[in-house]
Amino acid sequence: MRTAQWVHWQERLVVALLVICASVSVVTTLAIVLSLGVEAFGFFREVPLWRFLTEREWTPLFATKKFGILPLVCGTFLIAGIAMLLAVPMGILIATYLAEYASERARRFLKPVIEGLAGIPSVLYGYFALLFVTPLLQKFLPSLSGFNALSPGIVLAFMVLPTIASLSEDIIYAVPQSIREASLALGATKLQTTFRAVLPAASSGIISACLLGFARAVGETMLVTIAAGQMPNLTLNPLEPVQTMTAFIVQVSLGDVPHGTLEYRTIFAVGLTLFLITLVFNLLGLFLRERFIRTFQRMA
Amino acid sequence: METTADWRLKATTVRRREIWMERLFLLAAWGALLLTISLLLAILGKLFVDGLTRLNWQFLTSFPSRRPEEAGIFSAWVGTLYVMVLTATIALPLGVGAAIYLEEFASRNWFARLVELNISNLAGIPAIVYGLLGLQVFVRWFRMGESVLAGACTLALMSLPVIIVASREALRAVPNSIREAALALGATKWQTVRDHVLPLALPGIMTGTILALSRAIGEAAPLVTIGALTFVAFLPKSPFDPFTVLPIQAYNWISRPQPEFHHNAAAALIVLLVLLLLMNSLAIYLRNRYQQRWRI
Repeated sequence: MRTAQWVHWQERLVVALLVICASVSVVTTLAIVLSLGVEAFGFFREVPLWRFLTEREWTPLFATKKFGILPLVCGTFLIAGIAMLLAVPMGILIATYLAEYASERARRFLKPVIEGLAGIPSVLYGYFALLFVTPLLQKFLPSLSGFNALSPGIVLAFMVLPTIASLSEDIIYAVPQSIREASLALGATKLQTTFRAVLPAASSGIISACLLGFARAVGETMLVTIAAGQMPNLTLNPLEPVQTMTAFIVQVSLGDVPHGTLEYRTIFAVGLTLFLITLVFNLLGLFLRERFIRTFQRMA
Repeated sequence: METTADWRLKATTVRRREIWMERLFLLAAWGALLLTISLLLAILGKLFVDGLTRLNWQFLTSFPSRRPEEAGIFSAWVGTLYVMVLTATIALPLGVGAAIYLEEFASRNWFARLVELNISNLAGIPAIVYGLLGLQVFVRWFRMGESVLAGACTLALMSLPVIIVASREALRAVPNSIREAALALGATKWQTVRDHVLPLALPGIMTGTILALSRAIGEAAPLVTIGALTFVAFLPKSPFDPFTVLPIQAYNWISRPQPEFHHNAAAALIVLLVLLLLMNSLAIYLRNRYQQRWRI
């Protein structure tokens, strides 16, 4: 009798422990919101929100402080935009090829290669962008400065390529066979079937992959810190040095900024901005992905 | 009136155009793949050309120095291993526990759905935001300071979503008949999981965990944010000591102007890459060696 009771209690204890493990993830989210929010709140008590959003200069570490986030957001979107310009067409081409055309052997060789790109540390991408891609580009573009948005943008494209290609490939692969058969039965060629039947059916899933890739690109840190520079710059010229939101956080973290000062709080205000931007793209991406899966579950 | 010959001609033109379009598409796809593979090779080539000459015993056993030829990565690789082991110790039980709860115990209630939504969302949050979280919560509120422990806690939270997702997949791959057999013999739910399901899922869980850890130790951003140092001339003796890791040491050397330091950075990155490759091979070995093919 005593053992049966002990087993019963043990069972309840274990379930309680497991629930605690599972709630760590929820607590993490709350802790992120709380820790960013507390310091950002302190920041916005000293710097009004409208100045943060509308001023066109970002100089929190200078004697005359200006707190306009626009240059950092602009630098971030410029680099991420260059990356997406390359990564989206390449990712969709590769995904379509792998899902519809490649032989099983080619797939098995190429998929790990593409996914291997995601395993390379971002400091190494930064090293490559600063000391290989930038000097190479300077041969063709003499006006390119040593730190610029173009070279990390190009390299960043290959960093997010695995996300876009791999997620899109899964989605294209999951398009029901009946759609292909219907199109082929009507006399369409394989290419027509791919581009006019399969890809449109997969479009919400592919867009979701691109959104998740974009969120990745916006949050990337070491590559852009190393190769894009530390100069907040409200420009769309890819040849000039820019600073991203992430690079600013690194710059302040490396310096000796004491806890409780306004400079210390700026990184949390910037971090909160970054968090909200990536959150929007992630949620949108997850929503579209969910919708794609639900659409075809009904068909299958 | 269009004759049969006209129709035939039209059909041939259309077909020819289709064939060319297809060739164009394949050419573009192969081009993209070729570009990707050559970039991968260029990265590795550049790295080894720059760094291989600096790689020797002295480099592995020296502390950083102001003179590039005397500098080494002793504190960096020890720090990386230290952080990695501590991260695994924290993240593995939490991740597996959460996965077991979600797969084996949770009914489809609001809590399980909330946790699930949360995990997919957490996976998309930039690494540097985890760094800010660690700085505020572990370094300041828990007063851990800029220590190995604070770094490991931060990286553990960052790798949790990946570990949970991988562990859930491993648990889901264990066929239900195993559970039913154990339950039918009178085992409780936890006994079933502990003695039968978990051992069978363990290789898959380990594979996922190793891959998550290799992601985490390559990432410098969160540790820079919590205040890991860039110049450490000692080894961390306890989890409460300050530390540095390989990617941060490499970053520090890249940001100096002298090319000699850049070569040091390349050598440090080779060591990091070799470590990551070893971990990935271990993960693949575990998967191939212990993967079960269920015949039901």
